[in-house]
Parts: sequence; C-alpha cells; structure tokens
Amino acid sequence: MLTGITKRYPTVVANEDIGLCVRPGEIHAVLGENGAGKSTLMKVVYGVIKPDAGSIRWEGREQTIANPAAARRMGIGMVFQHFSLFETLTVAENIALALDHRVPRDELAANITEVSNRYGLPIDPGRLVHSMSVGERQRVEIVRCLLQEPKLLIMDEPTSVLTPQAVRKLFETLRRLASEGCSILYISHKLDEIRALCDTATVLRNGKVSGTAMPKNETNESLARMMIGGELAECHLTARAAGEVRLQLENLSLTTLDPFGTALKGINLSVHSGEIVGIAGVSGNGQKELLAALSGEAPIEDAAEIRLLGAAAGNLDPAQRRRLGLTFVPEERLGRGAVPPMSLAYNALLTGARHGMVSYGIVRSDSMHQFAQKVIERFKVKCGGDDAAASSLSGGNLQKYIVGRETLLEPRVMIVAQPTWGVDVGASMLIRQALIDLRDSGVAVLVISEELDELFMISDRIAVLAGGRLSPTRRSAETNIEQIGVWMSGNFDSGVPAGTEADLASA
Amino acid sequence: MLRLERRPAPSKAMRIASPLIAAVAMLITGFLIFTLLGKEPAQAFYVFFIKPIDNSYGFSELLLKATPLILCGLGLAIAYRANVWNIGAEGQLVMGAIAGSGVALTFGESNGSWVLPLMLLAGVIGGMVWAAIPAYLRTRFNTNEILVTLMLVYVAQLVLSFLIHGPWRDPAGYNFPQSRMFGDAELLPVLVEGMRVTWAFVLALLLAGASWFFSAKTFAGFRTLVAGLAPAAARYAGFSEKRNIWLALLISGATAGLAGICEVAGPIGQLQPTVSPGYGFAAIIVAWVGRLHPLGIVLAALLMSLLYLGGEAAQMQLSLPSAVTGLFQGLLLFYVLAADLFIGYRIRRTDPVVKAPTPVQTAQKPA
Repeated sequence: MLTGITKRYPTVVANEDIGLCVRPGEIHAVLGENGAGKSTLMKVVYGVIKPDAGSIRWEGREQTIANPAAARRMGIGMVFQHFSLFETLTVAENIALALDHRVPRDELAANITEVSNRYGLPIDPGRLVHSMSVGERQRVEIVRCLLQEPKLLIMDEPTSVLTPQAVRKLFETLRRLASEGCSILYISHKLDEIRALCDTATVLRNGKVSGTAMPKNETNESLARMMIGGELAECHLTARAAGEVRLQLENLSLTTLDPFGTALKGINLSVHSGEIVGIAGVSGNGQKELLAALSGEAPIEDAAEIRLLGAAAGNLDPAQRRRLGLTFVPEERLGRGAVPPMSLAYNALLTGARHGMVSYGIVRSDSMHQFAQKVIERFKVKCGGDDAAASSLSGGNLQKYIVGRETLLEPRVMIVAQPTWGVDVGASMLIRQALIDLRDSGVAVLVISEELDELFMISDRIAVLAGGRLSPTRRSAETNIEQIGVWMSGNFDSGVPAGTEADLASA
Repeated sequence: MLRLERRPAPSKAMRIASPLIAAVAMLITGFLIFTLLGKEPAQAFYVFFIKPIDNSYGFSELLLKATPLILCGLGLAIAYRANVWNIGAEGQLVMGAIAGSGVALTFGESNGSWVLPLMLLAGVIGGMVWAAIPAYLRTRFNTNEILVTLMLVYVAQLVLSFLIHGPWRDPAGYNFPQSRMFGDAELLPVLVEGMRVTWAFVLALLLAGASWFFSAKTFAGFRTLVAGLAPAAARYAGFSEKRNIWLALLISGATAGLAGICEVAGPIGQLQPTVSPGYGFAAIIVAWVGRLHPLGIVLAALLMSLLYLGGEAAQMQLSLPSAVTGLFQGLLLFYVLAADLFIGYRIRRTDPVVKAPTPVQTAQKPA
C-alpha cells in the first residue's frame, strides 16, 4: 500500500523510503521507539502532511491524499494520541463538528448510540466531555471514526492513557472491527500489546524499516532487537531495609482552581530513606495537583500536612523545600524542568544555585560549567557540550540531564514524575538505574508514573492515585498488575475485581 | 512558490542583522516619503541625518538626547526580559523630574554641594514610587501592568501640570506655568564647556555596564531572565514571581526617574509643563531595536536621538510637520518587529508538490 515514503524536515529525515502493506481485516502494528518516525508515517497516510517522495496505493489505485478530509472520504479514520475534543461541548456536538456533512441532531444521536453499542463502546451522546474519563474520551474519538464507516483505522499509541482492564476492552473492540473487514494500523512501542493484538508488524528504526514480523511468533526480546538494534538492558532492585521516614503526607487535601482539575482528598503516605515508592494511576486523577503540592508550587495552608525530614513543610515555597534537601523532576521538561533557550550550564544553575554556583549574588561560572559537565558525563547525555541550548536536545536526552542534575544535587528526598515518558528504551533503563542507585544510597524516592511495568520494576512499594484519593500502599512483590488496575478505577476495597466498568470516573 | 519555514534553531546572525535591516528599510521608506512630498531626497536626507551632527555642537546634542533614551531603555530592557511590560517609563520619568525638582525647590537656597546628589536620589525614588503602584496592583490584585503603567503616565503629567500651575509656580515668572530656574548647585555639570551635554551621559554609559553585569553575571539577573523565558521553570525552581515583578518595575522605574531628573537638572534647568518629548515611549523602541542588550541600547538610543534632531531640522529647513519624527520612530519599530520574524523563520522556495515519480522499491514484504 505504501511505497518508498520519504519525508524530510530541516534537520532530520523522519521517514526514508518506507514501504508497508495492510490487507483488509488485518491488524498491522507499526512498532518503533520514540522518534523512529511512526507518527510522521501515519500523518502521511492520513493526509496531514505530504511526503517528499513515494506513493500510496489505496484499494489497488495510486492516490494522493491531499488532506484529512480527503482521507476520511476514502475511508481512512485516525484516533490521535492527544484527543481533539472540546471539553465544554457534548459528545454529539463534538462528533457533529468533525463530520464533513450535516446530520440532523436526533439522527446523529441515534447513530452514536447504535454504533457505540454495536462495538461495545457505551457512551451517552448528551454527556459533556469534561465530565468524562480519559478512557471514555477515547471512545468518543473511536466512535467518531466509526461513524464514517472506515476501511482503515489508525490508532496512535491508544493505550498510553488506559487502565489494563480498559486496554483489554479496547482490544476486543479492535478485534471485532477487524473481523468485519476493517484494517487497523496500530502504532505502539509496547511489545506485549503488539504480541497480543496484531497479526503483522512493521518495525521502524531511525526513520527506516528495520524489519517486518508476525508478532505472535516473536518474543519481546526479538522485537526489541529490531526496534532498538541491540539488547535490552535490565535493571535490578535488590531488597534492602528502609530507613527513617523522610517524606510524610498526613491527610493532605487540596482544592483546585482549575475547573477541570482534580481535588486531592485526604492523602496519607510516608516515604522512607532508602526506598522507592511508586504512585500509579492515569494522568488527570490528581497527579498534577499532588506534584504541585509536593514541590511547593502549590503551597498548602496547613503546613503539617506535608513533613519533609520531620519539618512541617506544607507552606514552604519550592526554594525553601530544596534547602531542606528535596529535589524534583517534573513531567514537563521544556519550560518547567529546563529553560528551553538557555544553555545546559545555565539550566544547572536553575536548581543548583545553592551548590556552590553562586557566591555573594554573583554566578560562579566555573563551578556551574563543571557541574553541568559532570551531569553530561555521568548520565551520558548526548549534546553539543554544556553550552548547547536545552531545546536542542531530544526529549530523552534532556530528561537524562534533568534527572542527572537533580540526582547530583545530593538530595535527601527526590520526587520524580513520569521518569521515562517519551524516553527511548536505552535511556529509560539508565534513568531507572539512577533512581535505584539513589535509593541504595539512602535517599527517599517517590516516583509518579503511568507505566505500570516501570513501577513494578523499580518500586519497593506501590500505591494508586485515582480520583484525587490515594489507595493503601502495597509491597510490589505482594501485589500484581491486576490488583493495581482495579485500584486505578477508584475501587480501593480489597482485591475484588470491580466488575466490567474499569474506567475511572474523574471527579 | 515561497514558503515560510521554521528554522531548526533561532538564527543568531539574524538577531543582530534585524535592527540593521530595519534601519535600512526605514531609510528607503523615508526616501519614498520625501519624494512623494516633493522634496529633493538627497537634500532631505542630508538635512535629516547628516547636518544635525556635522559639527561638535550637533554631536553633543546627539549625546544629550540619547542620555534619557539610554537610561529609560536600560531599565525597560530588564523589565521586558523578565516578561514584565512596563510601558509607562514616560510617567516614571515625569515623576522622577517632579521629585528631584521638589528637592531643588526646597533646599536650593542652601547652595550646598549635597543638593545635587540628593536631587538625583529623589529622582530615582520618584520613579520607583511611581512604578511601585503597578507592581503592588499586579502582585496584589493581578491587574494588568501594561494598562496601569500607561494610565499612570497621564496621571503623572497632570500632577506636574498642577504643581507648576499652582504651588511650585515661579512668583517672579510673569505667571508662566513653570518653576523658578535652578541655581548652579542644582544643575548637572556639563561635559564640555559651551556644549549642553552633561555628565549624565557618562552616568548612562556606566549604568549600561552595570545592567550588562546584572543580567549576565548575577543570580538575581538570571532569575529575571528565567522568569521571562519560562515562567513555569521559574516557579519550579522556586523563584518568586512577586519578587520578579517588583524588581523589574522598580529597576525600570528607577532608571526612568533618573532620566527625568537629569533632564530638568540638565538641559531644561527648571520644571516646565513638558519635561520630555516622549523619551519614555521612544525608549520602548530603543529597548527593542537594541535587542534588550545594553550595548545595543546605547547604539539604538543614538539612532533615535538622531531622529529627534533630524525631525527638528526637517521642521525648520524643509517645513515638514513635527510628526515626521514620530513617523520615523514608528517605521523603525515596525520594521524591526517585521524583521524579527526571520530570527525564528526563513523563507524557502518550494516547487509545487507534484507526485514525484520514484523508482518503485520492492520494500513491500507481505508477511
């Protein structure tokens, strides 16, 4: 279907001479690391961008796809990784906006109900989008595509926001669609999912096809080799006794001014010296608010709700908390964890000012550069030296730099949000190992992540944040993905499965 | 077909070239305007840009008018880099002039050598107090500092007007709305005998050095830069947003106030209904054309100063309206903002995308 697709950008060739073929009713995986060119390729198919070279054959005929509307007319639908829904409108209104022709409102609502029931995606057309959970929003996006009766459906990393149970339901829907003859292009870097769902796979690496495979006949290791061109590194957590309590949350509550934010309700948690506590959960369940409360960006009135090394710290600002020995890696790297146009050296100064980089109000350039170079060296940051602008680094490299900076600032408590979001497999392992090393040196580490596999890999204990409430913590060894998945739905009562409704009602 | 395309990284060369391109574009437009007005362009250019500074007196006038522009521009650049939009330097300048004059009118008879330093200090404080109002309103009530600083310009001008029409009017001044002339002890010494440019110009150059040091070498300067470039990063690092706003407004108010007192204690020599021909506003252009960098600001201030002188000469010798000064200033800002687009973008010629006939690769491998 696709032949020799090439797309160049000013600095990189995103796709080079890529060919792939999808048959009717086939679920075809496009597998690759971040930056391998998966999304670019899909945008070409959906008519969002035009290839510089190559051709697309659709149902036997050569076609140019001028824009997404043309793609939809041809029967190509796409569900993007980031949803494009208006939160203040209802489901039906959102869908009506995306249709290329006018449909009477009642008829549309009936169509939505009919399609959503047929594919096991129950949604109420009259509901406002902002009251819906992430999983429900994704259903809206899928139903929107299904209404156009697509012959090819493109799913871009659809599971990154779903609970394990919701993922299984999604797979059922996709299999049913495929059995009716609809082809599916499934983009992901999660090997387990692809092996469970897909019939065939095209693996991309650095913008080129590095192999094709039948995932069911492959192992994670063999797929990973095609994807990263090397062996997967591993990291190990050796059991060790935790020390004294360093970070303690007591009945932490926080109301939010953001109408679509999540209030925190009575969170209790303690993190000890020499342990990693992982907080699982889908973003939008209070993660942002909890992190802001912990970092001091959103101070708490009742100071005693947060204790850092025993001191009441709820009302302290981020600088004061850092003085107590806290460091923090935020989920947004550019613009929050780093100042994009500034050099890496100056980005070391951003949080490292108290570590000998400033004396009498004057910046000590030499120690600032030394520190930055140390971070770059220890964490194998690929960059053009410590004078390179933060914005010139890839997401993974910048994350290594930020984690490295916060690690080398010798914290006593470290909080890390989404440590490996958008980071390639190799760098992910390096970051995880750095966190484990930190733990082994006696630091109290709190990790908030959406990646359950990651949390099970590096956490001593795990809890779930859902709907602004925190579940009890469990030793990682004494729980499993199934249980955590149930908790992610907001049901914290023992380990009893919470029926079929696995999505979260975000408050 | 031409297409605008984002550059992979902002162009450093273009950042410097942009004001130069703008200056050239301004001259070309000026050429067209002179021609359309029926003036001989070469003659008009000579009158406008060369004649005003072809003698030492003219050159001293250039430095004289550049002084308040440099002072205001330095302060504004620090505020703008911190993402605080003080556009009321004119009002802070007027307040500085009022506060400094207040000292002169109160203690002037004493003739002490301490009067002048005290006047300068009062000028600085006057400007800071006037800038503190928007700082307080912004940090306390989240008001927009653009509106508040601008509106306070007119309040300051009315306060000045009230004072010289009322309590501070010179009793021996034939009822003109102006204060008494300042004595020698209340006037800034001139740099060269017979010229009007004062030591305030040297002070402005020293402050340009200090402002470079502040932004490039101090941690406080670094914090304001971070606050301007990435507010979320500033919050993350624990840099207080309020402190940033206060600092930015107080510094820009201080330099504008200093510019104000240096005007009345310099070339003007008394408090008049108008103490500035819009230096505070022109300094906004100076700050941008100078790339918010001290050296650039000094150069841009000299250019703007030349526009003031040229505008006066054009009025007298070419009988052009006084608006011609504002016209050239506006053109300069307009072109520099337009040219700034090419710091982040470039134009590329693209051929209309046709289906490029590529050799068919046999990369398809049906699994």
